[in-house]
Amino acid sequence: MSLEFLVASAIAVLTAGGVYLSLRGRTFQVVLGMTMLSYAVNLFLFAIGRLVVDRPPLFAKGVTDHADPLPQALVLTAIVITFGMTALVVILSLRSFLESGSDQVDGIADPSDETADDTAAPPSGAVPSGPTAEREARQ
Amino acid sequence: MTALDHLVIAPVVIPAVVAPLALLAMRRRRRVGVAISMAGCVAMLVAALWLFGIAQDDAIRAYPLGNWPAPFGIVLVLDRLSAMMLVLAAVLALVVMIHAIVTAVDRKGWHFHPMFHFQLLGLNGAFLTGDLFNLFVFFEVLLIASYGLMLHGQGSARLKAGVAYVIVNIVGSALFLIALGLLYGLTGTLNMADLARRVAALGSQDQGLVRLAGLLLLTVFALKAAVVPLHLWLPRTYAATAPVVAALFAIMTKVGVYAMIRTVPLIFGDAAGAAAWVPAPWLLPAAVLTAIVGFAGVLAARAMREQAAFAILGSTGTLLLAVSSWTQATTAASLFYLAHATLAGAALFLVADATLRRRGQYGDATVPSPRFAGQDVLGLLFMAATIAAVGLPPLSGFVGKLFILQTTFAAPAWVVVWATILGTTLVGVIGFARSGSTLFWKTAAADADAIACTERSRVELAMPAALIAVLGLLTLGGGWATAQAQATATQIFAPQRYIAAVLGEEAR
Repeated sequence: MSLEFLVASAIAVLTAGGVYLSLRGRTFQVVLGMTMLSYAVNLFLFAIGRLVVDRPPLFAKGVTDHADPLPQALVLTAIVITFGMTALVVILSLRSFLESGSDQVDGIADPSDETADDTAAPPSGAVPSGPTAEREARQ
Repeated sequence: MTALDHLVIAPVVIPAVVAPLALLAMRRRRRVGVAISMAGCVAMLVAALWLFGIAQDDAIRAYPLGNWPAPFGIVLVLDRLSAMMLVLAAVLALVVMIHAIVTAVDRKGWHFHPMFHFQLLGLNGAFLTGDLFNLFVFFEVLLIASYGLMLHGQGSARLKAGVAYVIVNIVGSALFLIALGLLYGLTGTLNMADLARRVAALGSQDQGLVRLAGLLLLTVFALKAAVVPLHLWLPRTYAATAPVVAALFAIMTKVGVYAMIRTVPLIFGDAAGAAAWVPAPWLLPAAVLTAIVGFAGVLAARAMREQAAFAILGSTGTLLLAVSSWTQATTAASLFYLAHATLAGAALFLVADATLRRRGQYGDATVPSPRFAGQDVLGLLFMAATIAAVGLPPLSGFVGKLFILQTTFAAPAWVVVWATILGTTLVGVIGFARSGSTLFWKTAAADADAIACTERSRVELAMPAALIAVLGLLTLGGGWATAQAQATATQIFAPQRYIAAVLGEEAR
């Protein structure tokens, strides 16, 4: 099994999981999905400089073959940006959950939540559940 | 390199300096912070106009950051297209900034001014950069600032729309990175000029991948431009955010269109072999759908802000109808319409803002209300803004649409383009006439609740009027503006000049 196959299948599995989770309805799963997606993208960016083992990144005496340093710089930039973004989305979904009482991405509570799932209920003293809040906002 | 050559980077440096300064001054004295922020907007407009003047000599100027030579370092490129976009962004920013200060929207949170300038930093950088990865970085800068601005003032509806907006854009960024990765893996460069050269020289075994990369890149730009079927984030976001912020966001969708106009003729132009004009077959149907969905939304909208958001969607569709032909003449028409559509969309949002402030609890919902202060003036402003948005004479939308119709006549699919533009214009006129008469002509029944709203300053009406005046100027100076657009299109469709300017003469 070659290195390329391993990396490629890792990227594929991460992307598949990321896309699946990103399409889910609840913010927590979406955040997880986006994290997986960004891992996949970072690995992909890392691999575009071709996978070589045991090569100096920029310069070493007497070595003619080098690893490509640019993708690594790109990955660093991408990691920093996605890290900040993930933090922002987590805070934003928390605020949205506390204000609307629903952790659905569209802010509209799933009717089955109200009876079956206690974890989706707002903390005591918080604003009423999604549909009510929305109705109020429209009026 | 003289001091004047460094002016190219001014539109990026000014907001980068002004934003933290405004933040610092704000902590001590609010007025000083606001003054710095205003001065920054004015300085940016001056710099943009100056650069616009410089770009008039038809030369393309490359500015290597840190003086690293082109394919290795990042370059900023000033040509007619970027100069035009800079001026457009600076004019819009100044108007929106004054309106935000006059209506005290900037006092609803601490960070309006810094966020505003970081947003401009991202916009200006995206217009100037000559490097695809750098374009990604500036996109992120403008998006991060836009998240803050979008949530400015807060509120539950805004937060809910904000979550969706942020998630959509993060997924878009992931796609952007994948497209960049593919292009780098194939060509070993991300400099746009170098990419153009290397894509043209690619062997036949890589043609499939390069087509894929081109389409992915265009998908990302289409997401930013809110092209159907990637438009669903726009109406909710723009209708939920503060109208002033939405007015600034009017240029955000146009950044997507700008990126298409910038990259496609350059990288995927005639020279690109099998990858030449990859997005062309996809863009036309998408543009038709965008225009139809946009103006149908104008007809169906239940509130002014929602209607303005759909009008922006429709104008993007109309714009892309011209862009999707990818000829020099249609691109010139689309550039004129791009400038017009940005200002017209912003004008709609500013009028909506002034109206909903005066209607108290009735807000911007399209229902009759008792008489409110400034109803007559606002009605006239709304009429002017809608005339501009749907493209009736005498404002510049008419000139722009006429220009598009005239230039697309030579295109093979002209019947589709004409039918869409004329049909959607009619639908738009009906939609705006309906909401305008409900809002400004009908009065509510006598027993309706009185408006709980104090008298508001007339100064609030100045900026919507100013934007409409700019649109009037664009009509009066239509000949000049058209000539500008044509010169810009000529430059865009001579990519070898761009490549020579960035990579040096030996690249010829």
